[in-house]
Amino acid sequence: MNLLWIAFSIIGAVLGLLLSAKAQDQVMMIHGMIFAAASVFAAYALISRHYRAAPTPVEGPGGIVYNTEIVRYGVVASTFWGVVGFLVGVVIAFQLAFPVLNLDLPWTSFGRLRPLHTSAVIFAFGGNILLTTSFHVVQRTSRARLAGDLSPWFVFWGYQLFIVLAATGYVLGATQGKEYAEPEWYVDLWLTVVWVVYLLVFLGTLWKRQEKHIYVANWFYLAFIVTIAMLHIVNNLSMPVSVFGIKSYSLFSGVQDALTQWWYGHNAVGFFLTAGFLAIMYYFVPKRAERPVYSYRLSIIHFWALIFLYIWAGPHHLHYTALPDWSQTLGMTFSIMLWMPSWGGMINGLMTLSGAWDKLRTDPVIRFLVTSVAFYGMSTFEGPLMSVKAVNALSHYTDWTIGHVHSGALGWVAYVSFGALYFLVPVVWNRKSLYSDKLVSLHFWVSTIGILLYITAMWVSGILQGLMWRAYDSFGFLEYSFSETVEAMHPFYVIRALGGVLFLIGSLIMAYNLWRTARGDVRSTEVGALNLNPEFAAGR
Amino acid sequence: MSFQEVSQFAQTYGLVYLVVLFLIVVAYALWPKNKDKFDKAAHIPLEEDK
Repeated sequence: MNLLWIAFSIIGAVLGLLLSAKAQDQVMMIHGMIFAAASVFAAYALISRHYRAAPTPVEGPGGIVYNTEIVRYGVVASTFWGVVGFLVGVVIAFQLAFPVLNLDLPWTSFGRLRPLHTSAVIFAFGGNILLTTSFHVVQRTSRARLAGDLSPWFVFWGYQLFIVLAATGYVLGATQGKEYAEPEWYVDLWLTVVWVVYLLVFLGTLWKRQEKHIYVANWFYLAFIVTIAMLHIVNNLSMPVSVFGIKSYSLFSGVQDALTQWWYGHNAVGFFLTAGFLAIMYYFVPKRAERPVYSYRLSIIHFWALIFLYIWAGPHHLHYTALPDWSQTLGMTFSIMLWMPSWGGMINGLMTLSGAWDKLRTDPVIRFLVTSVAFYGMSTFEGPLMSVKAVNALSHYTDWTIGHVHSGALGWVAYVSFGALYFLVPVVWNRKSLYSDKLVSLHFWVSTIGILLYITAMWVSGILQGLMWRAYDSFGFLEYSFSETVEAMHPFYVIRALGGVLFLIGSLIMAYNLWRTARGDVRSTEVGALNLNPEFAAGR
Repeated sequence: MSFQEVSQFAQTYGLVYLVVLFLIVVAYALWPKNKDKFDKAAHIPLEEDK
């Protein structure tokens, strides 16, 4: 098997050099080089691994030799990309408030850095969190080692390569202009290969499980992996102009293209940022609270309800456009119906804490997890509301949308991820506790104030903007010019940027805390007062 | 098959199919006999070391 992987990397290196040499544009030349360099590194790592003594297997709980190394790598990658993504977000938030920060350079202009931010936080941070936690959860709940020897590593490093190709492409101006699916055709193909191997690794682990029942978190992960594959492939169907150039044209045009894009876009929210992170909730909340999930039956019903309903909600992104009216109404109706399964999940997550609410006071990691579920409930209430056509007439194209997205992304996705990271690090590095619980608490408060500044600023700014756009004077003329509305938003842009700064500071506090934990340090002032890693306390 | 026929099929049989499928899921989840199984399943993450 090892030889086959080495052969693949050599082929990859040749392919990369070929693409680079025959490239028709600068981006393809650079990306060919990056691909070749990555392949050479892979070949080197594979060959040196062959000559290195195999590490002595360490038994995990239940006497199973889990693949914890990949989870450790994933934790580092997630934390790193998280900080990078939040930093770029802060930069573009300040660019909106102070346009001079665009620096008048193409590479640092808002138009290029904005996809860099969205992809960094969704795919680099969120994606790595999902890879990492899914690898951990599927092993533990199946009581089986991760399937494959090198394939999980291919998934991990292949995904990092995808991130680097996407990110460098954005900065250099390569984009196919589809929101959240900006990478060009060859990057899409690479991600498809990585994703199929990911699915096989996940299924392979389930296949050899020792636990008869497949725990609900794995269903959510599986739904996420399968649906993202489908969305990614269909939305990115396109014809490249040349094999050696980056430019491609979508197979769809006009309103069909728009609908395909938002079918993809909304289900990226539904299956990447919701189903995947609900999987995290279903494992890490019970684990941290040391209580079983509130209702397993509810988890089954709300899982299937979510799967049945989410896929139809996309058209609510295209209200009052060329999309047929019935289709807009369909999107709106399904969005409203989504309230039920979403709140089913929220209730299930929150009620898992019933009888253990005191932990909210003593365990700041639980605080992150519970707050995340509360934000999930809040933003899945707001979403259906905004999908109602009458509300959307006010909210669409305004900052309200940005506020809504961030209450979900920061409050739900990032918080549940932080909770999972704080739980995972002591487990996979086999430490007695975190370095400091006080720093977790500090992180919590700093970033919560950050989120609140962010979303309240965007609510006010968004509604202000929407109302100004639709204000008429007594002669029936528009009352405000567009630039007047922009001017009115300035103070809120500054507040939002400050909120982002707080959130970024919080993530740096976390990175420091996780790093010290991994090193095995314990903060001297907190010795004896820390929440213990239950696995360590059980005597391993 | 024309678009009309396909959409007709989807709007009738497709709807029935999905609703029935969902009802089966609900029945499966609430079936009294399955209660033990689900109670045990809920404990999977908490019993990794046993």
